[in-house]
Amino acid sequence: MWRFIAIRTLQAIPVIFVVITVTFFLVRAAPGGPFDDEKAVSAQVQAALEAQYRLDLPMHEQYFAYLGDLFRGDMGPSFNYPGRSVNELIFQGLPITAELGFYAMLVAVGIGVLAGVIASLRPNTAQDYVPMSLAMVGICMPSFLLGPLLVLVFGIWLDVVPVSGWGSTPGEKVLPSITLGAMYAAYIARLSRSGMLEVLSQDYLRTARAKGLPERVVIIKHALRAGLLPVISYLGPAFAGLLSGSFVVETVFQIPGLGRFYVQAAFNRDYTMILGTTTLLATLIVVFNLLSDFLAAWLNPRLRYQFQKGGK
Amino acid sequence: MSSETATISSTTEAMPKGVSLWQDAWVRLRKNKLAMLGLIVLLFVMIVCILAPWILPYGYEEQNLRLGAVAPNASHWLGTDTFGRDMLTRIIYGGRVSLTVGFIATAVALLVGVTYGAIAGYFGGRVDAIMMRLVDIFYALPFMIFIILLMVVFGRNLFLLFLAIGAVEWLTMARIVRGQVQNLRQQEYIEAAISLGLGPLAIIFRHVIPNVLGPVVVYTTLTIPQVMLLEAFLSFLGLGIQPPMSSWGLLISYGVESMEEYPWLLILPGLALSITLFALNFLGDGLRDALDPKASKD
Repeated sequence: MWRFIAIRTLQAIPVIFVVITVTFFLVRAAPGGPFDDEKAVSAQVQAALEAQYRLDLPMHEQYFAYLGDLFRGDMGPSFNYPGRSVNELIFQGLPITAELGFYAMLVAVGIGVLAGVIASLRPNTAQDYVPMSLAMVGICMPSFLLGPLLVLVFGIWLDVVPVSGWGSTPGEKVLPSITLGAMYAAYIARLSRSGMLEVLSQDYLRTARAKGLPERVVIIKHALRAGLLPVISYLGPAFAGLLSGSFVVETVFQIPGLGRFYVQAAFNRDYTMILGTTTLLATLIVVFNLLSDFLAAWLNPRLRYQFQKGGK
Repeated sequence: MSSETATISSTTEAMPKGVSLWQDAWVRLRKNKLAMLGLIVLLFVMIVCILAPWILPYGYEEQNLRLGAVAPNASHWLGTDTFGRDMLTRIIYGGRVSLTVGFIATAVALLVGVTYGAIAGYFGGRVDAIMMRLVDIFYALPFMIFIILLMVVFGRNLFLLFLAIGAVEWLTMARIVRGQVQNLRQQEYIEAAISLGLGPLAIIFRHVIPNVLGPVVVYTTLTIPQVMLLEAFLSFLGLGIQPPMSSWGLLISYGVESMEEYPWLLILPGLALSITLFALNFLGDGLRDALDPKASKD
């Protein structure tokens, strides 16, 4: 197991490095600088600004200087919000996005697994068709459509929840969490249904029933562990999806989180802000992919044997 | 050589008529009501979109400011937007763009993924190890973020959009094809082709790829809706299709702005997108069951 963890972690480090490098040069390659929109400033002011943000140095020196700063945990000053550092802006948005992501994940896993398992217990009956059709609706209804529709119905017509904002009342968190989690709930429902169907027909479950265990114990203690493996492996990609989904949800519901910062930074050509958020988001995604791999390996010994003694 | 093929084909004619994979799959697909419904809806949407300029009474930029936004009625079946433009026309023209992006970007992914996967699977060994390691690394990259960055950095043009979306979607295709090709590689007819002196490229394109078409067709059908979603997502953020062109994602984002007063501006394009995605997904699921009965339904 430790070997597996070590190999996977070592493989992940170059990925983060590649992301930082590609983003750095991609942003620099963009036509138009960050100060082009401003009213014509004198050459001196322009030079001072460029020196402040190290834009006067040759490209490779800028790059290594940035890597050095990043290594010390300093993402530099923001281009667009003078006097504020990227760290400051990110750590203002991150907790909000994390909270939203957490609730959305709860919605996705809770509803998804429940619906999938219920459907798998009586395949090809109404108990299967109803949740699975709902899952299909979830997959075909993107968050930027579902969100506004929920706002229209529950926020405006029925007027039962607030339509935007974050943090002043708990009711504000309901619609964004459902909107963000719905599509992943749908995928998880399909994954857990097919995973459970495969497991339910296996011999060891017949054995478990034969030795007189009640059906509830058979399902919860024996079938779920193997049947939900595909869901565990999906959690990493789902997390990445939630992060990019938060761009839309935070825009629709006007939530001041990281996703909205990112989209704004991209529009404003705020170099350091784009770099900082991309690095952070990429690292988070890579780390969560790793964690979901570890969890899957822990639950399914066959996966980690691949990495033992010579491996595959 | 030609006389040989002639004898072979004459003997097959004498034998009881065989059922090819595709005929067999078609029989199974026809029994699947949801998949057939999906196919019919999809064909209908495509035909309407293709014929749009000849069947619609209004132009898609034809404004009628005095009319403004009106609810669906007899002369404007799906109502008009705030500029008095006919919504039916705008949705159908939006569909042309959304479907085009869906099909072309998927074609890019298909071309790159199948070639890449077939080469990796066919040569195996170190070539395969390096090529698939690269795919693993790409998989771990947060592509959504890169696409947004690309669209911002290099301007929002359609060509780049195809490339960017195609670049994300080829990875899974490459993995699927590589796995299939690895299995095929062991079969006698490939050995026969090698001993006949055919080069690797000729074998890959003439003998290997035609035999992996089943899973490729299935995955392609399931990729198109994903691509359309991605396009709609980008257009919604203002990074995809730019006005005066229109797409379903863009129409939805306009709809959101005025949904309180004119809800149909949000609901109708949303319905168009969802119904098309439904049709594609049902067709894809049906094709998977028909072409590859063993594959699990997830």
